[in-house]
Amino acid sequence: MISADLNIILPEILLSVFAMAALVGAVYSGKDKLAPLLVWITSALFLALAFWIATTGEGTQVAFNGMFVNDGFARFAKVVILMSAGAVLLMSEGYMQRRGLLRFEYPLLITLAAVGMMMMVSAGDLMALYMGLELQSLSLYVVASLRRDSAKSTEAGLKYFVLGALSSGLLLYGASLTYGFAGTTLFSGIIQTATDGDMPVGLLIGLTMLIAGLAFKVSAVPFHMWTPDVYEGSPTPVTAFFATAPKVAAMALFARLMHDAFGEATSDWGQVIALLSVLSMFLGAIAAIGQRDIKRLMAYSSIAHMGYALMGLAAGTELGVQAMLIYMAIYVTMNVGTFAFILSMERDGQPVTDIQSLGMYSTKEPGKALAMLVLLFSLAGVPPLVGFFGKLYVLRAAYDAGLAWLAVAGVVASVIGAFYYLRIVYYMYFGQDREDALDGGKSPVLWGFLMVSAVIMVAGVVNLFGIEGAAQAAAATLVN
Amino acid sequence: MGNLLSIVTFLPALAALILGLFLRGDDAAAQRNAKWLALIATTATFVISLFILFQFDAGNTGFQMLEEREWLLGLSYRMGVDGISVLFVMLTTFMMPLVIAASWDVSHRVKEYMIAFLVLETLMLGVFMALDLVLFYLFFEAGLIPMFLIIGIWGGKDRIYASFKFFLYTFLGSVLMLVAMVAMYSDAGTTCIGGCDVSLLKHNFASESFSILGVQIIGGMQTMLFIAFFASFAVKMPMWPVHTWLPEAHVQAPTAGSVVLAAILLKMGGYGFLRFSLAMFPVGSDVMANFVFTLSVIAIIYTSLVALVQEDMKKLIAYSSVAHMGYVTMGIFAANQQGVDGAIFQMISHGFISGALFLCVGVIYDRMHTREIDAYGGLVNRMPAYALIFMLFTMANVGLPGTSGFIGEFLTLMGIFQVNTWVAAGAATGVILSAAYALWLYRRVVMGDLIKESLKTIKDMTAREKAIFAPLVVMTIWMGVYPAPILDRTGPAVEALVTKYDTALAAAGRTEADTQVAVAEH
Repeated sequence: MISADLNIILPEILLSVFAMAALVGAVYSGKDKLAPLLVWITSALFLALAFWIATTGEGTQVAFNGMFVNDGFARFAKVVILMSAGAVLLMSEGYMQRRGLLRFEYPLLITLAAVGMMMMVSAGDLMALYMGLELQSLSLYVVASLRRDSAKSTEAGLKYFVLGALSSGLLLYGASLTYGFAGTTLFSGIIQTATDGDMPVGLLIGLTMLIAGLAFKVSAVPFHMWTPDVYEGSPTPVTAFFATAPKVAAMALFARLMHDAFGEATSDWGQVIALLSVLSMFLGAIAAIGQRDIKRLMAYSSIAHMGYALMGLAAGTELGVQAMLIYMAIYVTMNVGTFAFILSMERDGQPVTDIQSLGMYSTKEPGKALAMLVLLFSLAGVPPLVGFFGKLYVLRAAYDAGLAWLAVAGVVASVIGAFYYLRIVYYMYFGQDREDALDGGKSPVLWGFLMVSAVIMVAGVVNLFGIEGAAQAAAATLVN
Repeated sequence: MGNLLSIVTFLPALAALILGLFLRGDDAAAQRNAKWLALIATTATFVISLFILFQFDAGNTGFQMLEEREWLLGLSYRMGVDGISVLFVMLTTFMMPLVIAASWDVSHRVKEYMIAFLVLETLMLGVFMALDLVLFYLFFEAGLIPMFLIIGIWGGKDRIYASFKFFLYTFLGSVLMLVAMVAMYSDAGTTCIGGCDVSLLKHNFASESFSILGVQIIGGMQTMLFIAFFASFAVKMPMWPVHTWLPEAHVQAPTAGSVVLAAILLKMGGYGFLRFSLAMFPVGSDVMANFVFTLSVIAIIYTSLVALVQEDMKKLIAYSSVAHMGYVTMGIFAANQQGVDGAIFQMISHGFISGALFLCVGVIYDRMHTREIDAYGGLVNRMPAYALIFMLFTMANVGLPGTSGFIGEFLTLMGIFQVNTWVAAGAATGVILSAAYALWLYRRVVMGDLIKESLKTIKDMTAREKAIFAPLVVMTIWMGVYPAPILDRTGPAVEALVTKYDTALAAAGRTEADTQVAVAEH
């Protein structure tokens, strides 16, 4: 039933049609003058779609003979992706505008990336997976080098592209091996062949390659090398975007592939992911200590955070998937707030990313400094802030799955990681007064996102805004 | 008043919120308002907390004034007090108004200062009342944030190093406890500490020995859990050799920060030992008891010797705190009525005494801006009132009969004597050493002729300072002369705890002989 199929992917179709129509419209009319308007429309569309997906949609619907799955898990991931993408777009408008970077392609490329991400989390087939992933990646390669006249930005784009292509190659290689040994690209078919203990060696290699490709996308160690450079080189709003929605999409895709296609072989991939997890947590924590640039620091921070999310995945249980989803939702909220702060770091209208420039920021902007303080402690996982609950969930999932060693490694890494978050607090609160102080920053949008995010970190202690139940339902549809 | 505990806990936080949202500006008027609001809030908290004391029924060994609400992840917001925790709650609410009053001369970022202390009070009270594992952890850990800021913003010259060391040390200790908590949740299926049908206090954690990587773990899971909790509480206490953060933190923290740290924060470690280690892992505690005794005796003797050679008054008192906490750990793991009673008593009494001693240092620091012992001498000539009060607390610190310090030390020594004579003998030498460093400190600072030029104009204590010390003087002497009110309240709960401990050991087949074998295998 083609009409039924189309009905299921209606949100994706809507977004794609919007992107095409807006592209045509913008090219033939005001071009970049339309860009601010497009940003607002796109954000509004994202948020409306998120609301729509969150409130409608029952059970599991399968379209195109299993290529596309719309289940509770996909819906949860889509809502998080769309909301964070909308938030980051809104935050970037002012920043891009003032630096002449706000071209009309920007919101459209983000839209296409969002379509790709929604495809990824709904993929039920290796080909659908690859298409979604590439649509997302190609859009992001372009956005990374949006600042065309900056060597750093183009370098970031190129690096991202070359390494991304490599990882796509790995992924494709893994996919073809899997196809060769399983005889099908459908996840529902692969799971018949991929059983615990007696997997064909080819399938095992295929699985490893697939994991390597996806580990690149979530920037897990040892496939993380691109992250700091790309984060540093890209314009800050783009970095904010990289740190949020695509990470959620890639993690969700990771979970879907592992559980839908290789769900019978948990012990085969669980240990690989546990290794990725422990490496990411430690490298993210240790390498960030030497960073002076807050964007690079956030790159390592996100590597560490992916390590924790992977800890949930490594458990290979329903609780693990639930923990991972909650972790990602919390992670995204923290990062939106943190990047709202980073975007507002300016001196004489020029962006500043050196953390030393925050010297005694708390005397000039007590409100913003306090909000950032809350976010930093939340990122470090100190209770009672919400970031702690994310860690609690993954620790519990890992322990219950018999990965006590991973849980211990995780908490030790979190202590090391706490150091560099504390150092930012140190500059803001204990440091020296500086002559060349940062500007006050007057953007109400950024201020709003920063404050809302900080308030969520504190108020979430009451009930996490009900996200726990939603994530549980989502995890239950994936793991059964 | 069904929500009495929550009201007491969150009243200071509410005041902090009001301060943060509605108090504008940093002029003299705003500073004064911040101070008064903080003082009123902490005093009100103390007054309301008196109702807890009045309502408390010492004969009931269970948890009282329970409150319960649903929370995340199958956890619940559950509060309650019993004979072990109620006095710590009172200690906290009692000390906080004094701490605020002692901070009256703060002039740097007063609003934030008061907010930090008010939030800290809420978190400390929460620790002593929480009856859910994760809720406890939440309060326990969250206290690091305000304390980190207090040391870092209002501290002395090397405050940055001290604040980072304080935070990372204690954070590392407690994350291991977090993993242990996850394990306990997994094993018992509940996070309720006590006061409900299925609770951790009623759960028997497995104590069959097993081996990991060829290492035989006597006491099995209980020992593992004990070690994880020990990592956290030993750092917090602090026990030798993980005490090194304390002198740094004390020296750098502002006076009020030192008082809170010594009087209340350190007690969280001891409270944790009582609530978790001893009550939930009796076999683990028994297996590790000799290890704890060894560390305690080292702490008592070694840190007393270290205290002797200090040139900084605050550092000296900080080391003396470590030594006194040695008595506490020793008493707790003696695991008999006198030992545990004495440990609780010693913690409460040390709260008053060490708090007062840090305030004494603060009095002369405010005048001379130095804590060097050599910078003083002969203060008695110009500060008779100060000399008197300082002498009282020095004597209390030494453990002179008639002061509260004596009761605590005597009871813990009596408790340990029944378990291990050698430990008791070692610890008793600490009493002599503490007399040595405390009296020597007093002689160098207060006695003698006033020869230093800079001290010729020093003024005696003001009425405000005397008012701060008055309640502490009363409590120290009262508890020393008539300790029954304290012991009556702790007694039944401690008795129940000790009985449960002995029953659990008997059930696990661990008698005296087994303990000896375990030591021999070490």
